[in-house]
Amino acid sequence: MLLTRSSATDRPAPLLSIRGLKTCFPTRAGLVTAVDGVDLDVQPGECLGIVGESGSGKSVTFASVIGLIRPPGRIAEGSIHFDGADLRTLDPGGWRRLRGRDIAMTMQDALTALNPALTVAEQICEVLVAHAQDLPRRNRWRAARARAIEMLRLVGIPAAESRMDDYPHQFSGGMRQRIMIAIALACRPKLLIADEPTTALDVTIQAQVLDLISDLRREFGMSVVLITHDLGVVAEHTDRVAVMYAGQIVETGPTRDLIAHPRHPYTRGLIGLIPRLSDLDAPIKPIEGQVPDLIGLGGTCRFADRCELRLPECRQDIPMRPVGAAHEARCIRAGEDLP
Amino acid sequence: MKPLALLGRTLQLVPVLLGVSVIVFVMMLLTPGDPVEIMLADQQATPQQVETMRHDMGLDRPALERFGVFLGNAATGNFGLSFFHRRPVFDVIAERLPATIELTLAALLLALVIAIPLGVIAAIKKNSLVDRLAAVGSLFGISLPGFWFGIILIILFAVHLKILPVAGRMDFACEVAPVTYLLTIDSLLRGRPDCFTNALSHLVLPALTLALPMAAVLTRVQRTAMIEVLRSDYITFAEAKGLSRRRILWRHALKNALVPTVTVAAIETGSLLGGNMVVETVFGWPGLGRLVVESIFVRNYPLVQAAVLFYAVTYVLLNFVADILYTVLNPRVKL
Repeated sequence: MLLTRSSATDRPAPLLSIRGLKTCFPTRAGLVTAVDGVDLDVQPGECLGIVGESGSGKSVTFASVIGLIRPPGRIAEGSIHFDGADLRTLDPGGWRRLRGRDIAMTMQDALTALNPALTVAEQICEVLVAHAQDLPRRNRWRAARARAIEMLRLVGIPAAESRMDDYPHQFSGGMRQRIMIAIALACRPKLLIADEPTTALDVTIQAQVLDLISDLRREFGMSVVLITHDLGVVAEHTDRVAVMYAGQIVETGPTRDLIAHPRHPYTRGLIGLIPRLSDLDAPIKPIEGQVPDLIGLGGTCRFADRCELRLPECRQDIPMRPVGAAHEARCIRAGEDLP
Repeated sequence: MKPLALLGRTLQLVPVLLGVSVIVFVMMLLTPGDPVEIMLADQQATPQQVETMRHDMGLDRPALERFGVFLGNAATGNFGLSFFHRRPVFDVIAERLPATIELTLAALLLALVIAIPLGVIAAIKKNSLVDRLAAVGSLFGISLPGFWFGIILIILFAVHLKILPVAGRMDFACEVAPVTYLLTIDSLLRGRPDCFTNALSHLVLPALTLALPMAAVLTRVQRTAMIEVLRSDYITFAEAKGLSRRRILWRHALKNALVPTVTVAAIETGSLLGGNMVVETVFGWPGLGRLVVESIFVRNYPLVQAAVLFYAVTYVLLNFVADILYTVLNPRVKL
């Protein structure tokens, strides 16, 4: 752990600290800057929600954190510190020791994330064999198996011991998601990156899986980053939210505050898209226009073309500005009292 | 489900074999040349003797009747007498078969040993020098005709370098009592390492000739499959789990990427049997392929028919084996 405390806010040192992160992918059409100057902190034990539509850079940000940007994509600028260590200086061996043990990740669709050709038992035991220091030297796999059964029970797989030798396709979608969570959490990581954990699931199962993640977060005292495009999910399960748009964070703040008083026009647009049971007849107002092309952006607010509130001054790089307690927005009109 | 699937597969064989029998029979009918005349060519036989012989061999009866008799006998495992050898066709084939099986297995093994690592490495180092060399090598392997490549190997290793024998399966000095009838294996089982090296030295060149085009195809298949698999989510997830690169490649990726390779290998093994005819002739290998070629030259109808039927059965069985391997590699597939 870092022993320093950031003097400005006097909060404990963050578990994960991202500064000025810029991740690029060269394409035939030009250099795509998928993540452009992201600053983020994740505090120990907190659940941070990352909201944005596809292509907003939310998944790429955290693929950068866990070192899974595939070449020719690369991190061009910025720093990523985790638990006091500079992740940008890690060698492959360092990454291997970090991933799965200290930072774990779950993916959107467990059906494609679990290897179809290997049993569930093998896929969970191998993480333990790779990382768990306290397993005995001999019979590592057998010892891992006992721990894997425990983990599968914890995530609510019925008859875990007899079913763990089945293959992923023999489980239901919700069970597969639970298995993926069990694999990710097998070594009790300090940080879980849950990338769209509910998108591939039925609505009824979604709540169960999110509750499971919340319960395990409390039990293990870990931090969770919940990446989603669903503000409803964020509202219920996170402490803080960062809204991303076209590779940048446009608004961040405590969840309640941000949802009750959104300051960025894009966030307001997103919240306007949630249908309310109390007023089902109210028309849903879509955000007009499209996400801008991520090639050669700069010198303007990226949301300007779609924004109803835009002013001539919006054609410049807009910095984040404080709009409340720990609440910031990237909009020159964020401080105004708007309808 | 399993025994039922097995039964279904076996029943599938019936129409295949029937169709193949008809085709072979008609083809032999249409081929010019008369076995009796070929057999009696240099012995000035009287027309009467020729007639008698033709009658003995049943060749004077109508084609349809001959076909019926053939089918009836074949159903009971009797393929008649080989015109030339004057022995049951079945025995003649059984005698030659082990040599062909040994050569085919050696070629298959060699092809897999070359193709799987090469395909995987080419996939990992996509567009690197290794990948490009593998691509050029594959192109050569596919394009070079087997008989030409075989002859080049003989000239190089047997004639010039004199380190490998020109032809045959084993020197006469080496004789081991048969167990499996595969000479390399039998030599080992009987504790005769000298005979093993002798058999192996005979086996290397023909096996390599057969293996090269197969390895060429399989390398491409393995590379494509591996590239595809390496892009999948479960590989990303395996990386996110902090597994070693070795485990990710050779356990997570390869087990999935072997599926197409196994399928193509099984089908290619079927064509190896065909390729055998050329290679066995070039290398004087005493196998089924050379026997069939010789039999076609002398219009030895019963033997050719039986051999082609055998090829058809093997082909279907190989596909069946591929399907079984499929279920082992990919648990989602059920027969």
